[in-house]
Amino acid sequence: MFELIGIPPQALFGQLMLGLINGAFYALLSLGLAVIFGLLNVINFTHGAQYMMGAFVAWMLLNWVGVPYWGALIIAPVLVGAFGIVLERLFLSRLYHLDHLYGLLLTFGLALILEGLFRSQFGSSGLPYGNPLPGGTNLGFMFLPWYRAWVVGFSLFVCLATWFVIERTKLGSYLRAATERPDLVQAFGVNVPRMITLTYGFGVGLAALAGVLAAPAYQVSPTMGSNLIIIVFAVVVIGGMGSILGSVITGFGLGIVEGLTKVFYPEASATVIFVVMAIVLLVRPAGLFGTAK
Amino acid sequence: MLKTQTPILAESPAAPPKAASTTGRDLMIFGGLLLLLAAAPLVLYPVFLMKVLCFALFALAFNLLIGYVGLLSFGHAMFFGGAAYVSAYTVKAWGWTPELGILAGTACAGVLGAVVGSLAIRRQGIYFAMVTLALAQMFFFFCLQAPFTGGEDGIQGVPRRPILGLIDTTRDINLYFVVLAIFALGFLVIYRTIHSPFGQVLKAIRENEPRAISLGYRTDQYKLLAFVISATLAGLAGATKAVVFQLASLTDVAWQMSGEVVLMTLVGGLGTVFGPIVGAAVIITMQNYLAGFGEWVLVIQGAIFVVVVLLFRRGIVGELAAFLGRRT
Amino acid sequence: MNLKTWLLAATALGLAGAAHAQSGDDVIKIGVLNDQSGLYADISGQGSVWAARKAVEDFGAAAKGMKVEVIFADHQNKPDVGSNIARQWFDRDNVDLIVDVPTSSVALAVNDVTRQKNKVFINSGAATSDLTGKACSPNTVHWTYDTWALANGTGKAVVQSGGKTWFFLTADYAFGHALERDTKAVVEANGGKVLGAVRTPFPGTDFSSFLLQAQASKAQIIGLANAGGDTINSVKQAEEFGITAGGQNLAALLMFVSDVHALGLKTAQGLIYTDPWYWDQNDNNRAFAKEFAAGNKGSHPGMTHAGVYAGVLHYLKAVEALKKEGKNESDGSVVVAKMKEIPTDDRLFGKGTVRADGRKVHPMYLWEVKKPSESKGPWDYLKLRATIPVDQAFRPLDQGECPLVKKT
Repeated sequence: MFELIGIPPQALFGQLMLGLINGAFYALLSLGLAVIFGLLNVINFTHGAQYMMGAFVAWMLLNWVGVPYWGALIIAPVLVGAFGIVLERLFLSRLYHLDHLYGLLLTFGLALILEGLFRSQFGSSGLPYGNPLPGGTNLGFMFLPWYRAWVVGFSLFVCLATWFVIERTKLGSYLRAATERPDLVQAFGVNVPRMITLTYGFGVGLAALAGVLAAPAYQVSPTMGSNLIIIVFAVVVIGGMGSILGSVITGFGLGIVEGLTKVFYPEASATVIFVVMAIVLLVRPAGLFGTAK
Repeated sequence: MLKTQTPILAESPAAPPKAASTTGRDLMIFGGLLLLLAAAPLVLYPVFLMKVLCFALFALAFNLLIGYVGLLSFGHAMFFGGAAYVSAYTVKAWGWTPELGILAGTACAGVLGAVVGSLAIRRQGIYFAMVTLALAQMFFFFCLQAPFTGGEDGIQGVPRRPILGLIDTTRDINLYFVVLAIFALGFLVIYRTIHSPFGQVLKAIRENEPRAISLGYRTDQYKLLAFVISATLAGLAGATKAVVFQLASLTDVAWQMSGEVVLMTLVGGLGTVFGPIVGAAVIITMQNYLAGFGEWVLVIQGAIFVVVVLLFRRGIVGELAAFLGRRT
Repeated sequence: MNLKTWLLAATALGLAGAAHAQSGDDVIKIGVLNDQSGLYADISGQGSVWAARKAVEDFGAAAKGMKVEVIFADHQNKPDVGSNIARQWFDRDNVDLIVDVPTSSVALAVNDVTRQKNKVFINSGAATSDLTGKACSPNTVHWTYDTWALANGTGKAVVQSGGKTWFFLTADYAFGHALERDTKAVVEANGGKVLGAVRTPFPGTDFSSFLLQAQASKAQIIGLANAGGDTINSVKQAEEFGITAGGQNLAALLMFVSDVHALGLKTAQGLIYTDPWYWDQNDNNRAFAKEFAAGNKGSHPGMTHAGVYAGVLHYLKAVEALKKEGKNESDGSVVVAKMKEIPTDDRLFGKGTVRADGRKVHPMYLWEVKKPSESKGPWDYLKLRATIPVDQAFRPLDQGECPLVKKT
């Protein structure tokens, strides 16, 4: 715990960099969760399972169809997103008039089913997925694998693009309007239910995209999502439920906080996020970037 | 964007209006239930029944908070598991008798409840749930690191000493009746709380907190007290469970346990008097008898969630009550 | 209602029930209790159920007039779930023997229940050496491996081949701590030095930060005191972050052949680990693996499956011997005493013995994961580096602090 003095600044830079890399995954996952919550008012507990599906679909594309990583990066999110749309039409759409709790429980149940099915099909220890960008560069303070650099850059791009679409385009303004007054927007001739369905599909696609990105870095295993979901959930809450920018910034920020904890008090690195969450909620009830209403 | 703060019970059947006449009926049902439970060991395995009773009490305690105050706690495992650790530790390491161990565990849960409650009740809705979750995760970490909890192994092999120096608890059947008595006591405490003037204020807070405040009630104090009662009884359930299974482990404080109790209450019927008992019985039975399905347990459990949420949102007891209500 | 009357009545009924349950029980019931759905489902799971059934079949129970039934359940790696199922099996379902039980905490809980109920417990899946140490029981046999044997096998071999300085990545729970402690002792006893350790939250997915700390320590060897997904991810990320390319080597202290399968040879090549049983070691093992694969969607058996098979077989032999002598084979401690008395002999582990502390001893082997070019196909993964003879493979009998040993 008192190794602070013993840690040279280079090592610290290395840990900050790693924190940023992990933050990229958190940001991408919490972005999807925040989009879905912001526009549908559903706490999507299936998010972890959909992330896992993204990774598995990438694996299947590679091993069964021969589609490489770069193709999977586009195809897997589309397939999983389409699957999400089916789920939304079949189940979720029946729950919009109810409390958040029911949406949460329904998606939790769906997550259990998906996880169980994948486990019975592929086993519990998971599958290997080759690294599409082997090698790396020595930054002086650490060895940065090319693949990790790509993950950070690409997810940053996706996050900013999503933010731009929702906050700065006409489509985004329709979306935001539909969450405030669906009846009015409907009256203006916009097909609100379809918009909501597509939004859910998009959020799920983001989760699957994170899954494809994770496949070469982590093991592709049925439980990869359930280990992560509760942390990502905390990220969204800290950022302010439904705040797009908040979830992105918090995702990266908490990645760094977690990275630093791994140096100074490694045992607590899985818990530190909850400490931050408790403090934030007690000081700023609506989260860092949320607006209290 | 959290403009829709619909109370969680928006859809469930409001408590029957004729409170006075339902009290007698409820107590009759409860009496019948106790008789049934007293005879149950003849056909069913007593340890299984004890597990059901412990979780039923846990779910009842949880339901007090969500069903009657409208607060969804996602951290109740910390009271359940914390009390389990305390009672297991005092009985095993300090040689206390089980009844003292259970009391110690329950008391600690109450104190923990007061601390957590005073922080958490400042927030509402989903944020209340998140604060409790965060604090529970911190408590989990404490249990993981603290030397006395035995880490991953937990506290195992807690001896079953005679209760009050009289009742030999190494016989499951004897212990079963002790647990049944604890359960009945817990139920009556909760029942009394709900049907007292205090409980009426709680319901008023659930329905419309600003109005309750404008009527001059210090709602925070009411909420805190309800939280402490709920935590204490959850602790009673956990402490008893530790004595029954001679074991306290991290499972009891993990967030999945908090989720499980939400599930039990929901399946049985949120805000109903008997719902949590039925829900606990159904879920524990399922876990017990589905264990033979091996890898399919979670899939089946997930499917049941989906079906309950889509078709039986009021829970088993809630749907039953609604059905009977339609008939008459 | 008078509580005492109730109690008396119920006790009487309970007794009647128990008496009823005991009569007419000539079926031997074996319960396979393991992880069917979680992290360790691949190393135990349905494969162990298959192995137990296979042992019953190969023993020829039916032909010998013995009725044997195999049931199974999922303990979800939770000690309370495990002990609850064990209790119920013994009390209500007349189970005589529980086998497998991976995850140390669950194994210790089941060990406790088995002793209370005086039944038999043959552990194959769990690692904790406490099962035959502090927590040893006259009702328990620990078959396949333990933390001491792993630490001893891998630790000694690595230090002797020049890996003098170590840094540990330790999963932050009882099993990880035990593995680190045992390995540290072996490393230091053989003239090596431990430079540091980092405790990683369990279960984890990202180990890069910890690996970087290990790298900064400049230790020659990074010891992975973890299991399952943790091990897989640390190995994978060590390659990605150029740790292995930078001259440091990994020592995976607990690995299963299914972990190698999950990693793929490209990533796993060159890893050294200790394992008592590999399917491609000899003709007997290969025949067993072929049958196993046919019954388990093509996957291959690991050491825990082999341990379940051999353990069940030995148990049945002991029961048969007791029956011949006319002794009570439903008394668990008597059966285990018999298991310790007669030597073991089966097609997977060969000849061996069960020691007084319940430890089944056999040679351990040090394996190296093949390069992709050396492998002929899926599941052809390991080559033998060294054999640790039976008298050195496990903790000496007098060092385990097992009360059963002191008495004799």
